[in-house]
Order: sequence, then structure tokens, then C-alpha cells
Amino acid sequence: MYRSNVLVCGGTGCTSSNSELIISRLHEEIAARGLEKEVNVIRTGCFGLCALGPIMIVYPEGSFYSRVTPEDIPEIVEEHLLKGRIVRRLLYQETIVDENTIKSLNHTPFYEKQYRVALRNCGVINPESIDEYIAVDGYTALGKVLTEMTPEEVIDVIKRSGLRGRGGAGFPTGLKWSFAAKNQADQKYVCCNADEGDPGAFMDRSVLEGDPHAVLEAMAIAGYAIGSTQGYIYVRAEYPIAVKRLQIALDQAREYGLLGKNIFNTGFDFDIGLRLGAGAFVCGEETALMTSIEGKRGEPRPRPPFPALKGLFQKPTILNNVETYANITQIILNGADWFASMGTEKSKGTKVFALGGKIKHTGLVEVPMGTTLREIVEEIGGGVPDGHTFKAAQTGGPSGGCIPASQLDIKMDFDNLIEIGAMMGSGGLIVMDDTTCMVDIAKFFLEFTVDESCGKCTPCRIGTRRLLETLEKITNGNGTMEDLDRLEELCYYLKENSLCALGQTAPNPVLSTLHYFRDEYLAHVVDHRCPAGVCKALTNYYILEDKCRGCTLCARNCPADAITGSVKVPHVINTAKCIKCGACMEKCKFNAIVKR
Amino acid sequence: MKSLAELQEIRDRTRNQVILRENNDNAIRVLVGMATCGIAAGARPVLAAMVDEVAKRGLANVTVTQTGCIGICQFEPVVEIVAPGQEKITYVHMTPEKAIRVVNDHLVNGSVVTEYTIGANSK
Repeated sequence: MYRSNVLVCGGTGCTSSNSELIISRLHEEIAARGLEKEVNVIRTGCFGLCALGPIMIVYPEGSFYSRVTPEDIPEIVEEHLLKGRIVRRLLYQETIVDENTIKSLNHTPFYEKQYRVALRNCGVINPESIDEYIAVDGYTALGKVLTEMTPEEVIDVIKRSGLRGRGGAGFPTGLKWSFAAKNQADQKYVCCNADEGDPGAFMDRSVLEGDPHAVLEAMAIAGYAIGSTQGYIYVRAEYPIAVKRLQIALDQAREYGLLGKNIFNTGFDFDIGLRLGAGAFVCGEETALMTSIEGKRGEPRPRPPFPALKGLFQKPTILNNVETYANITQIILNGADWFASMGTEKSKGTKVFALGGKIKHTGLVEVPMGTTLREIVEEIGGGVPDGHTFKAAQTGGPSGGCIPASQLDIKMDFDNLIEIGAMMGSGGLIVMDDTTCMVDIAKFFLEFTVDESCGKCTPCRIGTRRLLETLEKITNGNGTMEDLDRLEELCYYLKENSLCALGQTAPNPVLSTLHYFRDEYLAHVVDHRCPAGVCKALTNYYILEDKCRGCTLCARNCPADAITGSVKVPHVINTAKCIKCGACMEKCKFNAIVKR
Repeated sequence: MKSLAELQEIRDRTRNQVILRENNDNAIRVLVGMATCGIAAGARPVLAAMVDEVAKRGLANVTVTQTGCIGICQFEPVVEIVAPGQEKITYVHMTPEKAIRVVNDHLVNGSVVTEYTIGANSK
């Protein structure tokens, strides 16, 4: 019996900041003090507070150590694990109440407003141990479904829960299952979309890394509900930790007989295959994903027929997102009413958001649907750092739109976001502040879609490129008012004529920035000025005469010899020679250099 | 695995390891003094005995944790029991055997083992 559990985050974020080395140092130090039988070191999935990684939490005290380095380990083991003295200097500051009191992590601003359903086991269990998953009621839902419920009852529970697909479109999951259940075929398939491609979204990765069995169990439940014996998980090859843990989980589940033939002696067979995506964004689209699983080039095809009728290998298929599956077991165990009691009228349950960009607490948060953007950004996320102000948040990555500061009090759910021209998408939430140029942001997302357009249909292949070219023209200061009109017209053309969601949603970043930040477009076009000082062609560096002390530091650091002046006399930048690298501004000790 | 009973069996066996990680604000906390003075006086086996006995009894609402020196080194090993809304009980000169009795009498049955407390030992 271990008296203490040391949980170290083994998610991708913390792993890349050395949590593997931290774990091996822990083992060494613990062994050196003979505590192996008393202290259990566990590598878990993501805790969510990625900004403070590498993260370590020691139970039973619940001490939350942040930004731990391998050099801190001897002190933690000696002081905390051996002598019971918490290492205060490494504690997450928000957990310190006063000299002698530390509050539980659940009461810190970051976690207090969260309610974890999909992420419930991330950062709690060892994802490479099926026993730990079973310890937190794992596979109980599958057991319940197979022994106590009919497939119709399962679908009914999912329907009544109000669960909608977490991958972006928000289609009711129960309805999707019922379509596939109705269609008769000799084989049906259950697929999991783990091809998370939106820049800034990483909730699916965290679920796979932190709680892979939850997805396997839910897929087996789905298989029982629609009458399928074979599942496929399509996961990005760029997620090596997720792939490895999925493979371990699959092996363990098969060994325990929780996948395979005759599960729980009920005659139900189900197994799951792993398919790795080669990194094409379009393969997150359902028809392209299934084409790719079939071994063909990942391109979408027109619908109908919908996958519920003719999907993978022309057989009835359901495809759900990782986060959707992560909710299933909890709905089965706690009931449809429990799930439906959370959220808004038409969006039930919780949603995971990946907070990124100009925000203090970068990380993963799970909140009930209907939580306001303000609560997420200001209270949970800790607001915009370095004294800057919130300008907008981009939801749904390159398919979504921006939410301006005037809409901060919007209740985040599927329908409200669509109403204001954004979309939930997979839940990426990129925060932008006053140093972000909205035209530049639209250009950034278009660069992404131009790269990722598969090229099968003309509107998307050529349309996205024309959009990008127009945006480049504007950010270079050559835009005209006609360009703005043409931009808008082309956006609507793409929306209506593209084959799949990639092209249909690609104009969203342009349309929403045009709608909410038209003044910035006008500043670029009419005044040839970039208000945020981002677009290089429209920005010049100047030295403020009254602030410059003539220290010559800037002139010495200028790679283009564009700064002239003598000692103790204000310097001048020759804008014709200046390459706008910003080196002078960075070096200046008197804040005498500005860009405008 | 072919039955729900087997699943339940694994669950029961592994449950104790995971329960430690639940943040339970209403738990009864058992604090074992594990500073240099406590360790030298034999607090380590006391802590181990406490942990094992609590697990054996399946006391989900009890958290056994270590603490530093509370300043009464002559009484080590010291064990304190803090229950929400109740006065703290301090046991002194503890041994593994005494620890097991404290778990059974105090934590399970709710009767303080007066003879081990600091009050009975400081006269």
C-alpha cells in the first residue's frame, strides 16, 4: 500500500518541457532514500494548466507543483516525500492562501469554474494502466450496456441526453447512431475521428493521451448500439504519444477480453483497428477520412449518400469525434437526465476549450455549455497578460470566426456562436489582443487553408488562393475598396459551392473579421496604415526625439545601417533603408523607438 | 475476463490506489509527524501501519498524510487526527501497534483512545 502518489504530467506539453527526465529523476531519488514501497510515481495525461508545465501533484496532500525542473527533484523528495515539508517555492501561487494554508486545486480560479466530464480522468489516472481505468469505474458502462440494455435503449439514452458531436458541426449523436442502426448490412463500422487538425486545438490529443480506454469503451458501446463488430480510430501520426498509448490500451483491452470475441460472455464481438493519418487537414472531413482509411488518397466525396447509409467500404458507418466518445460512458453510467441537466437549451453537457494565444493560462478547460466567453477568458484563463487589452477570440480555428470584445458576454454554445458568425468547431479558442492585426489573422488562416485544400473542387482550390492573394494585396498596402467588395463576394461563392466543409468554412475568418473589424481593413486600404503595427509594409519605425539619449545602442545593432546620429544626440531612422526587423526597438533602454 | 464479477474484483482491488487522488475537502485527516525528530523516533513504521490499516478497513473518508515538526519533539512519533468541525486529537509516543488501535477505535468506532493522547502523557 503506497502512502503517497506523485502524479507527473505526461501530456505532450509537459513531455516537451522535460517531464520524462523528471520522472526518471524521481525514481532515482526515491530509490536512493528507500521509499519505493511507500511512494508511487504515476505518469498521467494532461492536467490542463499547460502554461505552468511541467506539472507535478503530490497526494494525499494535493500539493500542486508547477514549472518543476529535474534539478528540483532531490529537494522535493527529501523535503516533501521524506520529511513531509511541502516545498512552497514550487507551489502554484494560486493555491497558497497564507503562511500555513494551502487550498485545494479545485478552488483555484483556473479549476473552480470547470466541470470535467470528458477530461475527468486526464491527470488523475495512469493512461497506460487498464487497472487504474477500471478502478475509476472503467468498462462498467460497457458491462451495463451489454448485460442490461438493448441497442434501442442505448440509442434512446444518448438521444435523450442531448449530446451533440464535439468535432465541430454539432450533429445530435443519438440521431446519427439511430440512422446507422436502422440500415441493414452484413457489416457496419464505428469510426473515431482523431485527426485533430485545427491550429490551436488539442483536446482530442489530451483525451487520447490521458484516458485512451474511455474512447475504446465508448466505441464498443456504439458498436453494440448500431450492430457493428469493427471499429477504426483514425489518428494523426503527428501525435506519437497518443498513438503509443492507444496501442497499449488496445493490447490491454484485448488481453482482458474487453475487446475481441464474446465480450462479457454476451456473444458480442467488437475489435478496433488503428489507422494513422499522414497529416492532411482535409482528412478530418468525414468522407475524406473514410476514403483514407480505405487506403485511398484522402479526398472528400459528395453527400448523400451519407455515411450512415454508405460509409467506410460502402457500409453503414458512424463517425464520432474523440471528445464525443469521451462523454458516452458517463452518460450511460449517470443517465441522460444528468447530462441534459448541464448546458443550455439546445447544447447539453460540457465543452472542452483549448485556450491559446494572448492569455495567461494557456491550457485545456472544460466548462458547462453556456459559460460566457468572459468567464473563460478572464476568470479561468486569467485574462490577457502584460497589460494589453482583449481584442477578439477566434473559435473553431480556420473554419471558425472571431468573437469581438463587444460579444464577451456571449454564452458559448453551438447555436449562439453560429448566430454571431463564429462556430464552436472543435473548441480551439485563440485569444488576440491589441497587438494583433485582424487582417493579418485572416491572412494567416487563409494561408493554412490554401495549403490544406485537397484540390478536388475548383471553388476551394482556386477560391482560397484568390482570397489569400487579395488579403496579401491589402496587407501590402495596395488594396482598393473594390477589393473589399470582391473579397466578400468570393467568400459567399466559396461557402455555397465548395464540395466539403473545408472550402465551405474557409471564408469564415475573412467574413467575421470583415464584419467586426471593417475599420481595420479600411485603415489598411484607405489610410495605408496597420493599426496594430503588424503588417510590415504599412509600418515604419521612428525614434522619439525627446526620449532618445543618443546612447548609440540602436545604431550599433541595426543590421541595415539605417540609423544615424552621434553620441548624446537623438538618432534618426532612415525609413528607406530600414528593413523593419525591430532589433532597435528591442535594444532601446529608453522606450524611445515606436512603430506606427 | 468473462464476467462483470471479474471486472468488479479488479475494480475493488485497484480502487484504493486511486482514491488517494480525489480531492476530498471533508475528509478526516490523519497527520503523522515526519520531520527529522519524528523519523528518528520511529514515525515511518507508524505511518506505514496507519496507511495499511486505513486501506484494510476501506475508510474512504480518511486521508493519511505526513506533516513536518509541530514542535513537541519529546513526544514523537506524534499522530494528529483532524476531523471537520471537531477538536484536533493529538496522539503521542506512537507505535505501529498503537496506530492500528487508533484506526479501529477512533476512526472506525469514533471513540478516542484517551490513554495515548498528549493529555494523558504530559503529566
